[in-house]
Amino acid sequence: MCIKLKTVLVCLIFAAGFAVTASTTFAFQDSVEDVGSSVAESVDMAPEPEVHVEESTDIESITAAIKEQLQTNINIVWTCIAAFLVFFMQAGFAMVETGFTRAKNAVNILTKNLMDFSVGSLAFFFVGFGLMFGVSNGLFGTTLFGLSGVEDGGDWSWTFLIFQTVFAATAATIVSGAMAERTKFVSYLLYSVVITLVIYPIFGSWAWGNLLIGDNSSWLADLGFHDFAGSTVVHSIGGWLALAGAIVLGPRVGKYGANGKPNAILGHSLPLAALGVFILWFGWFGFNPGSTTFGDGMIGYVAVTTNLAAAAGAVLALTTSWLLMKKPDLSMALNGALAGLVAITAPCDGVSAFGAVCIGAVAGILVVLSVLFIDFVLKVDDPVGAISVHGVNGLWGTLSYGLFSMNEGLFYGHGFKSLGVQLLGIGTAFVWAFGLGLILFFLLKKTVGLRVTPEEELKGLDIGEHGNEAYAGFQIFTTE
Amino acid sequence: MIMKLIIAYVQPHKLSDVKRALFKAEVYKMSVTNSLGCGQQKGYHESYRGVDIEVNLLKKLRLEIAVNEDFVERTVKAIIEGSKTGQIGDGKIFILDLPECIRIRTEERGNVAIG
Repeated sequence: MCIKLKTVLVCLIFAAGFAVTASTTFAFQDSVEDVGSSVAESVDMAPEPEVHVEESTDIESITAAIKEQLQTNINIVWTCIAAFLVFFMQAGFAMVETGFTRAKNAVNILTKNLMDFSVGSLAFFFVGFGLMFGVSNGLFGTTLFGLSGVEDGGDWSWTFLIFQTVFAATAATIVSGAMAERTKFVSYLLYSVVITLVIYPIFGSWAWGNLLIGDNSSWLADLGFHDFAGSTVVHSIGGWLALAGAIVLGPRVGKYGANGKPNAILGHSLPLAALGVFILWFGWFGFNPGSTTFGDGMIGYVAVTTNLAAAAGAVLALTTSWLLMKKPDLSMALNGALAGLVAITAPCDGVSAFGAVCIGAVAGILVVLSVLFIDFVLKVDDPVGAISVHGVNGLWGTLSYGLFSMNEGLFYGHGFKSLGVQLLGIGTAFVWAFGLGLILFFLLKKTVGLRVTPEEELKGLDIGEHGNEAYAGFQIFTTE
Repeated sequence: MIMKLIIAYVQPHKLSDVKRALFKAEVYKMSVTNSLGCGQQKGYHESYRGVDIEVNLLKKLRLEIAVNEDFVERTVKAIIEGSKTGQIGDGKIFILDLPECIRIRTEERGNVAIG
């Protein structure tokens, strides 16, 4: 290990030294050539500079090779760092969901978050990744299962795999929040397998299937569908599955009164929820800028658009809740920041900074209205607002590319073409994820059962499902 | 008039039903605290890192309502209406004599202080 490190260090120093010498030589040669050519013009002697040119191409090609090697390595380092940041988003989701739900279900939701990542990682490695990025038969990939055929070691595919794994797990974990406080643990595990095994990767292959194998057919991408980091591929897919799950499950006991009016069921820790949102925001700097998978200035640019949208989302959600409900609501502002992040995920590389602010601002307003609409009109019980944040704003973000893209957007005079393709992608994602979600959850309901008994729900899933308490030694006022 | 103190232990998730029933019976004053207790319901098993724990103290809520005698029956009825399911664990109601009651703000005593 130590020897390896030393060799790498020596190589690096050598490479750096070489690069410096090479560039100074170039500068020197340039000036010599200038003088030479002016002399050549007056005295008319041709063959001499040709030798110079040959020597310089030789050095040029070596420098180019070194540059390329350095670029490849910086790409790998950046993509890995980004993958680790996105992994940390799992902690964010766990805290948001725990904070927004009741103390008696904390162990359950934490176990779900740990397990959907773990189960998802395995399922995605052995099957999902191949379906998504392997050589495509037109509908899904058919090779690269368990990265078979790829040499163990430094191949780019491994970096790409870990980066894509954390994305797949993000889609899976979104559903946990919407189905919180009432879902049977074993059914949730089964669902986790199916989403990372099939539902997520197959849609992913339609939008991103050509990311690893450049000439792979990937029909949405081939049409020009643009989803840079996954507003649709990751977030809407998760959001629409969450919608299907919450519908099939039904609301929590006590959520809707006899008159059909929604009751507030208070989350037990807004500090945890706020911590979770900060962690997610932090992780998003890997999610979006990381999706460049390339070490250059775009990392900074995408970080700026991402941050601006999140900030605008939080501000506008707070303002909207202030106007509608007379008080600035923290939980809505937290949802607003996430909504801005989800929305900017698709267009973050192709919009102006001002465009990013607009996209985030709309997301902030949209998320509040959507939460109220789902709660009061649809009467679907989504304890953490996952459907509004990820489904609805994933939709908005993907659509916004067709409006705000500087190269293809309607607002920049490029017509409706991109908007149309974006709509097609959005529609396909909804039909695919919501449709399969309804079927999947209905099947689970009919076979293993989707929901715990009302008695268990009242007592709390921590004791019912896990025989555990999250806050042993604390007095928790459990009144609902 | 004699004053009574009504103490009731009920299932935690029945609190909102009990409160609704009490409000309907025009009983607006009460104190609610968390409590742990055991009775016929026995306990349940938890496990922590593979080790079994027998939990025989269950979570309950304790209501305390001080009333004048003419309110005792309707208060008791309301508590029963709100908390009875017919299952073991519904809880108990105790009624005690209350010798004195003082409202701190006005220093009133007795029946007027309770209402």
